[in-house]
Amino acid sequence: MSAVLQYAVQGLAAGSFYALAALGLAIIFGVLGVVNFAHGAFYMLGAVGAAVLLDTLGLSLWWALLAVPVLMFGFGVVVERLLVQWLLRLDPLYNFLLTFGLTLVLVELVKQKYGVSGLPYRLPGALQGRVDLGGVVLPRYQLFVLLASVAICVLVWLVMTRSRVGMIVRAATEKPELARALGINVGRWVTPVFGFGVALAGLAGVLAAPFRAITADMGNNFAIILFAVVVIGGLGSIVGAVIAGFLVGLVEAFGQAYAPTFAQILIFVLMALIILVRPAGLFGRKEATA
Amino acid sequence: MLEVTGLEAWYGQAQALHGVSVRVGEGEVVSLAGRNGAGKTTLVRCLIGLHRQVRGTVRFLDRDVTRTPAHQRARAGMGWVQDDRGIYASLTVEENLLLPPRVSDRAWTMERVYEAFPVLAIRRRAPGTTLSGGEQQMLAIARALRTGARLLLMDEPSEGLAPVVVARIGEIIREVKAAGAGVLLIEQNVKFAATVADRHYLLSQGRIVETLDNSEFRRREGELLKHLGI
Repeated sequence: MSAVLQYAVQGLAAGSFYALAALGLAIIFGVLGVVNFAHGAFYMLGAVGAAVLLDTLGLSLWWALLAVPVLMFGFGVVVERLLVQWLLRLDPLYNFLLTFGLTLVLVELVKQKYGVSGLPYRLPGALQGRVDLGGVVLPRYQLFVLLASVAICVLVWLVMTRSRVGMIVRAATEKPELARALGINVGRWVTPVFGFGVALAGLAGVLAAPFRAITADMGNNFAIILFAVVVIGGLGSIVGAVIAGFLVGLVEAFGQAYAPTFAQILIFVLMALIILVRPAGLFGRKEATA
Repeated sequence: MLEVTGLEAWYGQAQALHGVSVRVGEGEVVSLAGRNGAGKTTLVRCLIGLHRQVRGTVRFLDRDVTRTPAHQRARAGMGWVQDDRGIYASLTVEENLLLPPRVSDRAWTMERVYEAFPVLAIRRRAPGTTLSGGEQQMLAIARALRTGARLLLMDEPSEGLAPVVVARIGEIIREVKAAGAGVLLIEQNVKFAATVADRHYLLSQGRIVETLDNSEFRRREGELLKHLGI
């Protein structure tokens, strides 16, 4: 029983990274209509950023959690202004070419600078060790990741459902043309929304840094699973992205525990089943995919 | 307040409007009738700024807005009541009402909106598209009124609605007119148009073929119905 609970927490913690990154991907797709294939690279940059901050400036994870999303937001704004904005009027094929090409460039740049072996990362003392929750012993950091990402998802959900910005993002996602005809300057929100989505991917990377081997390639596999998450949750659905993120984390963790060779395949079997039963994904709306 | 002169619109190489000239004054209700495919919706989309492949001029409140982006036209006082009602499923009824910014001091307060449309007050927390067709039409109109729009572009507001709902829409249009706003009413329902509009345009194959005052419009109703193929 306690083993099951441990796998569950481990899966949910891993799912946190998917949930945060998929959330950013969903918001970007909603407002820009751009499927950002560079999202895995932004996640990788978040983790590398945390490692570099610790190595060069001695800034611990606590500071990285603040600084990296801010830096990644700025980076996202630059990428949007320089590159992504030109995609909005073009055939979706260019969307794929540009964001995928950007991934290759970013990955190679990181390889040039930091090599291919993993960067070390050390957790702050307060997050090391294990906690005993009435007989179930869990790594303290896994619990922290889980709580932190649930808190962030709830916060984003509150902003999306309770604020004027959230209302505009929802309106621009559902019917962008009508939003403009109702007097909303949708274009004004495009850049900050892209920056915000990139910041969420960076944040997922920071949280993953102590967990994973920090390499230039760490985002590649992540991105592949991330797209399974998005398909399962429903492209453009914010709630779907978060729930599918945690779900895929669970499937991965239990797969690794009980059928290690099939762990990754299981995720894609799940994706195929969802496509068969609900082609628009768990929370996708049919009209949204049309 | 609205003066359209020699408007031409294209979809790629295909021309949809051939020199359309239309005028709506303050406190005036003008209807635009025409068969499906005559160019009615294209004209509205040109006016609100969503169709940009145009030639000619659109003047609104003495300003040339031909090249003005849609959101700025809305902020200048154009209110669009879309033919499919344009209600957001991901927004509640109240959020649908609050989404567009106020554009003039004629803006209705939420109290007034809820007083005029009690059903919207009752369903304010429900997702917009859970309302019935007639209620969604009321919501679309109420949304435009809340902004204080000075010109309402209403695309087929009576379509598919029960007579009692259509009558209510007629009342609202007369109220809007009395308050000094202009209304351009795209309407196939000739009988309904005759009850609310001061003047009528007949659009055929992208051209205005008739301009009629209301008495003449009523006299030739049978002929017009035949033309519209209804």
